[in-house]
Order: sequence, then C-alpha cells, then structure tokens
Amino acid sequence: MTPRDFVGRIGFYVLIGLVTAFFALPMLWLVGTPFDEQPGLALSVPDPTLGNFSELLDNRFALPSLLNSVLLALGTAVLVVAFAATAAYSLSRVRIPGRDVLLYLLLLLSSIVTGTAAMVPIFLLMFELGLIDSRVGVVLVLSGGLLPAAIFILKDFMDSVPKSYEESARVFGASAFQILRDVVVPVIRPGLATIAVWTIVNVWGNFLVPFILLRDADKQPAAVLMRTFYTEGGAPNLALISTFSLLFSIPVVVMYLFVNRKYGFRFYGGIKS
Amino acid sequence: MTRIARIIAIMTGLALVATGCLGQSDEEPSDTQRGAEATEVTLTIAANAVSGGKNAEEADWIENYVIPTFVEQQQADGVDVTVEFQSSGVDDEDYKSKIALDLRTGSGADIVSLDGIWVGEFAEAGYILPLTEVVGDSVEDWDGWEQIPDAVQANMAFNDERYGVPAGSDGRVLFFNKDLFAQAGLPADWQPASWEEILDAGRALQGISGVTPIQLNAGTAMGEATTMQGVLPLLVGTGQRIYDEDAGTWQGNTQNVRDVLTFYQRVYGEGLGDPTLQQEAQGRDKSFAEFAAGTIGILMEGDYFWRSVIEPTAGVAPMPTRDEVVGYTKLPAMTPGSGLDGQDFVSMSGGGGWVLNPATEFPQQAWELLTFMNSAEATTELVAGGARLTQREDVNDEILADDPMLSFIAEEVVPLSAYRPGLAVYPQISVALQQATLDVVTGMPPDEAAAKYQEAVEAALGGADDIASD
Amino acid sequence: MAQQTTLPPAEQPAPAAEARPRPATDVAGLGRGRAAAFVGPAMVLIAVFLVFPALWTLYIGITNYRLTGVQARVPEIVGFDNYADALGDPTFHNALFLTLVFVLFSAVLGQNLLGFALARSLATLRPVLRRVVESLVLLAWIIPGSIVAFLWLALLDRDAGTLNALLQTPGLAWLIDYPLVSIIVFNIWRGTAFSMLLYSAALASVPPSQLETARLVGASRWQTLRDVVFPHIRGHVLTNTLLISLWTFNDFTPFLITAGGPNDRTEILPVYIYNTAISGGQMGYGAAVSLIMLVINLIIALFYIRLLRERR
Repeated sequence: MTPRDFVGRIGFYVLIGLVTAFFALPMLWLVGTPFDEQPGLALSVPDPTLGNFSELLDNRFALPSLLNSVLLALGTAVLVVAFAATAAYSLSRVRIPGRDVLLYLLLLLSSIVTGTAAMVPIFLLMFELGLIDSRVGVVLVLSGGLLPAAIFILKDFMDSVPKSYEESARVFGASAFQILRDVVVPVIRPGLATIAVWTIVNVWGNFLVPFILLRDADKQPAAVLMRTFYTEGGAPNLALISTFSLLFSIPVVVMYLFVNRKYGFRFYGGIKS
Repeated sequence: MTRIARIIAIMTGLALVATGCLGQSDEEPSDTQRGAEATEVTLTIAANAVSGGKNAEEADWIENYVIPTFVEQQQADGVDVTVEFQSSGVDDEDYKSKIALDLRTGSGADIVSLDGIWVGEFAEAGYILPLTEVVGDSVEDWDGWEQIPDAVQANMAFNDERYGVPAGSDGRVLFFNKDLFAQAGLPADWQPASWEEILDAGRALQGISGVTPIQLNAGTAMGEATTMQGVLPLLVGTGQRIYDEDAGTWQGNTQNVRDVLTFYQRVYGEGLGDPTLQQEAQGRDKSFAEFAAGTIGILMEGDYFWRSVIEPTAGVAPMPTRDEVVGYTKLPAMTPGSGLDGQDFVSMSGGGGWVLNPATEFPQQAWELLTFMNSAEATTELVAGGARLTQREDVNDEILADDPMLSFIAEEVVPLSAYRPGLAVYPQISVALQQATLDVVTGMPPDEAAAKYQEAVEAALGGADDIASD
Repeated sequence: MAQQTTLPPAEQPAPAAEARPRPATDVAGLGRGRAAAFVGPAMVLIAVFLVFPALWTLYIGITNYRLTGVQARVPEIVGFDNYADALGDPTFHNALFLTLVFVLFSAVLGQNLLGFALARSLATLRPVLRRVVESLVLLAWIIPGSIVAFLWLALLDRDAGTLNALLQTPGLAWLIDYPLVSIIVFNIWRGTAFSMLLYSAALASVPPSQLETARLVGASRWQTLRDVVFPHIRGHVLTNTLLISLWTFNDFTPFLITAGGPNDRTEILPVYIYNTAISGGQMGYGAAVSLIMLVINLIIALFYIRLLRERR
C-alpha cells in the first residue's frame, strides 16, 4: 500500500464516518426519549425508566396493531412481488407497442392515487365492492398503487438477464413458468428483495388508506395507532409517541435484516457475458 | 389495440359512468318508526376517541359504562341490544373525512360524534338531517333539552333546527403566570378592562429577562389555533362576528379586522411576543412547554389548556404548581363596552356533540341510546375521571362546585361566548385570517395585510358580494 | 446487453410484434397467451384499484366538488376553472419553483449521488460495519413520516436542538432562517436508502470479469465507473432518477417539519394542495392541481429519457 493509498483509505473512512453520523444524529432522539419520564424535544440523557413502555403496553391496541401492520405489509409484499415479477418478465420478453409509454403513464397515475383527493373515489369504489373494513381491500388498494413502480423497477432487472440462459433452458424443455422460477428469479433476486423491502416500507408507514377503509379499531395497523397519541387539542404525547416509534421500527429492521441475509442484496457471479 | 389499452378504455368508460355517483340525490323521507318493534337490535357509536389515546376518557366511558349499562337496561325491557363502538382518535380533519364518506354512502355508525363547526356543512351536504326528521316529533319531549343552555344547543343546530345533542362546551380566557406578575409588580387578581391594559401588563413583564410577555397565536403554522385562540376572540371584542348570520356577510377589510391586526402589530412590533415561535411547525406545542416552564407571561387559550396541557400530573406539559401559580381572567373587549352586544368581556366557544345517522335501521332505539348518553347520570359518569364542562347545567352545578376554574368558565365565560359559523367555506376564511396575522407579525402594516386578506376572502367566496368592508 | 428502458421503443417496427413472436424477441417461448396471463393479474389490479380511481379523480378536477357542504350534494362541472385558478395563482408559481429546486437538489443530486456512493463504497467495508451503516440509512427511510418529523424537530430546534448544542450556536432557528436548505437535507437523509438499495442490486449485475479486465488494463477508478459500470446500470440510473424525482415531487413529509413556512418559503406543491384545497375540503381544486403535477412530472421524465439516451 503506497502512502497515497493509505491517506486515501483514511479519507474514505472519515467520509464514511461523517455519513454515518449524518444518518445517526437525528435518531438519537429515538434512542433516549422512550426512556425519559419527561420527554421533550430536547435531547437529554434521561434517568432511565421503563414507565413509558408499561404505559404503552397498557394500551390494548398497541401490540395487535403491530401484528396488523405485519399482515398488511406481508400480504401486499407477496402480491406486489409475485405480480410485478410475472408482469415485468412478460413485458421484458414480449414486445408490445407502446409498452414503455403505458408503464410510465401508470407510474404517473399512481402518484395521483396516493393523494387525499383520490380518497373519495377509492372509498366509493371499495364501498361498492363490499370491501370496507376488510384487510383484503386495503391490501388490494395498496398493491394497485405500488405495482406500476415495482414493474418499472423489475423490468430493468429482467432486461439485464442474459437471454442465452432461457434459450438453453428451453432446449431442455422447461416451461415458461419453470424458466421464470428456476432461471430468471435466482438471477434477479436482489431486485426482488429490493421490491419486497420497498413495498413493506411503503405499507408500514401508510396512514390514510387503512384509516379510511377500515372501521374496526382492532384491525387498524400501527401507523394509524401512532396518530392517536395526541390530546383533544392536537398536542402530541411525546412519551407514547417516542416509545411506540421504537417498537414500530424494530419489526421492519428485523425484516430487512432477514431479507438481506436470506436473499442478499449483493449477488455476484452467475452472469458471464 | 392491445388488451391493456382495451382495459383502460373500458375503465375510462366506467369512470364516466361512476361520476354520476359523485353527487347525491335527495332521498325520500323514510319511516321514523322503522325497526321500532324489533327485539334484536344492533347499534354502533362512532367517536373520535380511542382507549389509551386521544379522548381516552370518552372512549373508556362508552366501552365500560354506556354500552354495558344500556344493554342491561334494554334487556330488562326484553330487547336484545348489541352496541358496538367504532373508535378513531386521530386528527380531527381525518376523522371528518372518514365520517363524511360513511354518511354519504348511507353506511357508518348509528350515532356519530361531530364537531359543532361541521354541523352546517354536513347538513348542507345532506349527510345529516334534523333530529325531528330522523326520529320524529318525540325529540322535542326529551327532558334533557331544558338543562342545556340555548347557546350550547345552537352549536349543534343549523338554520334553527336541531341536528344533534351537544356534548359539552368550553371557553377562551387569558391565562397568566402569577409568579412573573409578582416580579413585574402586577396584581395576582389581574383583570384587564381593555386591550391597552393587556399591552401595559406585557410591557411590565418585558423587564424580566428570558420571559416572553405575551403569547398571542399568529400565523398559518398554528392553523385553527390562530383563528380560535387569537383572531376571533379579539374580533368579537370589536363588536363583530366573522360571519354575520342576519346580513349573510363575512368580515372583509373592515375597521374591526384592522383593529385586530393593529393589536397584533403592537404585540409583535413592540417585542412583547416571540414572532419566530409563531412560524415554527410545532410552535403551539412549544408555547405550551414554555408556559409550563414559566417563561411566558400571558397566553390566550381554552379551558382545555388547564385540563389537559398544564394539568399537574397527566398533562402534556405538566405544571406541578399550576393551582398556585397560574391565574386566569376574562378577555376584555377592545375598550369597555365595545364587544359583541355591547359586552365588556368576550370569549369564543366550541365543542362537539352527537348526531344520528339518517340511514340508521333503528332510529327510535338510536335516539333512546343517545338520550341515555346525555342523561344526567351518564354525563356525571363521563366527567368522573376529571372535571370538565358538560352540556348539562344540572351536572355542571354538581360536579364543578369543587373546581373554581371550570365554574368560572361555566358561569362567567360561556354566557359571553360566541361560536364560529359552521359553513363549508369557513376553513378558507380561517386560513386567510391566519395569513393576515402572519403578514403583520413579519412586518407588513395592518392596512396592507387587511387589504390582502380582503382579496383572499373574495377568492374564497368567488366575489365581493357577501363581504363587509369599509 | 442493450438496455431497453426507452420510451417509445426505438428498435423494432410495430409489425414485427403483431406477427407471432419470433424466438429473437421471445426467447422464453412465452407466446401471446402466456405473456398475457403473466401480465394479467397485475394489470387487473392496476386497472381496478389505480386507473379507475385515478380517472375518477381527474374527472373531479373539472368540478367544484367538496367533501362537505352544498357542492358535495350537487357538484357542478366548472370545466377548466380549477386549472385556470391554479395557473393564475402566484402562490402556485412559488410552490412550483420551490418544488423544482427541492427535487433537483434533494433527489436528483442528493439522494442519487449519495445513494450511489454508498452502494459502491459499502461493498468494500467489513460486513459488520457495512450492516451498521446500511441499517442506519435504511432506518431513516422506514420510520414513518410522522415520527421522522419529531426526530428532525428535535435535531433542528432552536432552543434545545441537538445541532445547536453540537455546533455551539444556541438560538439559531434553522427551520426559520434556512427553511429550504433544511428540508432538502432532510429529504436526502430520508430517501437515500432507496437509491442505495437499487444501486446495490444494480451494481451486483455488473459482471465481475469486466471489472477484473478493467483493473488489469490499469483503468482509473473514474474510467472504470464511466466505461464499465455506467453502461451496465444506465437503465437503473434512469429508473431510479425518475422514481425518486416523482416521489419527492409528491412528498408531503416536509409539511410536518415546517408547515410550509415560514411564510410559504417551503410551500412545495403537495403542501400547497393541502393548504389551499384539502384543508378546505375543495376536492375539485386539489384534483386539478394533481393533474398539473402529473403533466410536469411527464415533462421531467421526457427530459431524463432524452438525456440518458443521447449518451448511449
């Protein structure tokens, strides 16, 4: 290692350190505040207490709401990954005129549907379909909104899979679905994992759709429960909010670590062109 | 044409058909006695309250008292009633959207909690009907009405028809820190008689370092808090409501509005208030924390501030010394006698209530449940956990006797109080008022800000026809 | 391998696709029927739960529909009044300008570059360290907006904020004095994770053999990036930039930190819609502004596509 490399390496670590600090700094509040008896916006080293946690656990909706979030997130992720993968594969391999224009238009439309103005049509539609107060209904609406972007992203991954793989698989008599499952999916696993995590994150934080479509408080996900820790005048109860935020974040981080470990975002090898 | 393009074409057609559903047709008046003889009845109550969260006492009251007690009473009469509670406990605007959607589709709970300010717009939209149309004339016979003051009843009425039963009331006053007042040589039983005397007190407090003399909510970041705990209480102190129901006009660029904005200019221009705080997204919460920490001298708020913000143990900005240190006093009119109806002191009130869903299957039973919820017995039970102002005078007399602050609100403030107009355009007017105060706080002369406000009101109403200006 | 994220498709004339797919364009042997079956489920979901409500929303945009009040009962068609009102409103112009600045600096430059840099450099770190940094970046992305707002208020608060304590600048009101910069930095913090994930996955598709070759011929880091890595991930760069621009364009979270203030200096378009239309229940106006935003997004997208295609 030359001295220049050495200095470069030091500089690199300093930069990584700074970036890490940038991402970590705002989160300090989340680490300290849940254990603080008198939480405020000030960052303080608290006299540690678990009082906020026991107060939170007294809320009978707290833990079930996390389970509800998991159900909605996994349901949506399964639908989005499965449907986006098949659709992206098909769109990538079979040329349809105007395909890209169509995809992009759908993507743009999805940005409209996330807005409050679209809540009236969505509610009325779900009402006519009898899907009010149904988790399935929430999963369908969320999936519909997320699919265009998922297809968009996955198509890039599909495009980069060498077609020679599939040609050889065909020679051995594999069906189209077998090719997708056994040849293409393993190659684009990082892309699928990205889509899965992205879907879960989007569902996890979504307040408006489940709130408008669900009626039974026992079905509401954690993102909705989070909005209830306020007073009648709208002042936040920082003790409960910070504590629940901590619990709220853990499942997603665990899911991410699991997906990362199992499917690995870094996938080397396999592709030789 | 591809399959996808075809699907899109079909969906477009469907969308155009569906747009027919956007509006609502007037429905036939239905039989108010429907389901009255049923022996198996299911009723649902919806409120913006949730156990363990926002308005938790109300949610617990419904779940632990109202439902079991009512079910038991009905069983004694041989009726098998199931009562469900649909809890929400979120931001008021979100709750409003949700129940609006429920009501427009003819679904939703049988008994729905509604902010008084929404009654007009919900009635105009046809989402709710006068109680006599839902239940029948027997509504008039309820003995609870005589316990509820007319002004409070008016909060759940529209065009002189009762749409619901009010569920409490409140009032706005000036809170002040007696410790700081003592340091500034001001009396502990302070009662200003005019705006000028508020400014005088502010100037006296200015000498104490680290203290903001006056917190007068301003700006758009504070949202409705600026309007309800700032502009409107001042405006009624000049003798005008924001909307004159008799004349059908909104306040535009009038002397009254300019007077209010001039008061803002004097508070913030003389350094009696903290202009930065008004622009922060969490400014209101910070003002609460600062008042609790003893660094704000005078603050205008509703009794909610006393009950749930600086409440010594459970408040969001608890103030252990609240009872000794915090004083409260009526808001004076601009000058003695200049207030609404020649009053010397003024206030604004709000509060919610319960309406019946016109689409209920069991109007009679729903009304029975509603009157039970508003009986003296049930109301007393509701406030057992912590005193607050109820809609019923008999209950107030009993439970507020030990609570000087709330008795003060009930006896001295509520009778002076005015209410906001419950019209759909009101939120836009409110935003225009907030912007005008922000302009003044950030240095615009009041005349200019008032002229700009007038333009905003004209845009909101689509013309100057219904605007008073001079 | 040719990247095919082009718009419109530039390669084959349409008749080739009209005919029965040939092996050259249909290596998997999907055939029309199976291709449709593969696309079908996604398209049905999208058609029913996205296209249908979206078109309905666009229709609402030409009415004076409100959630409550008289216009909820009998909405009137007002044609293009909503559009004319928005396009003639100086506050709208301000919001549009702010949004473009916000998107350019926070998404196109900020998230894109930082996300790519992280994706590329984290691969060389030790796994433990890498996982820590990745988790932190990811955490910023997965914590829901309502909580994130508190984190940043605590960081930037003028009296008790962490940043002022660190920098020894007590009383500096970042959100009042530098509002736009604050929300730009915030959005970089918030959204970089997606770019990092996407680029990590994309970089994984660069054949190691080519990187090895580049190393053997003594190519500099920059040359490798430009000549080996970039051609492979060009499609991903385009997709990523398109998506994060679109999402940033529609992001409402900054409202929770600045409420659009002070005095509209951070009133980006989603906040503008909220303040002018949604809070007053004016669904028609809100829907109209949504469509205007869509058209602007379309223009931005065409610009990107042009830019990245010319470099081919």
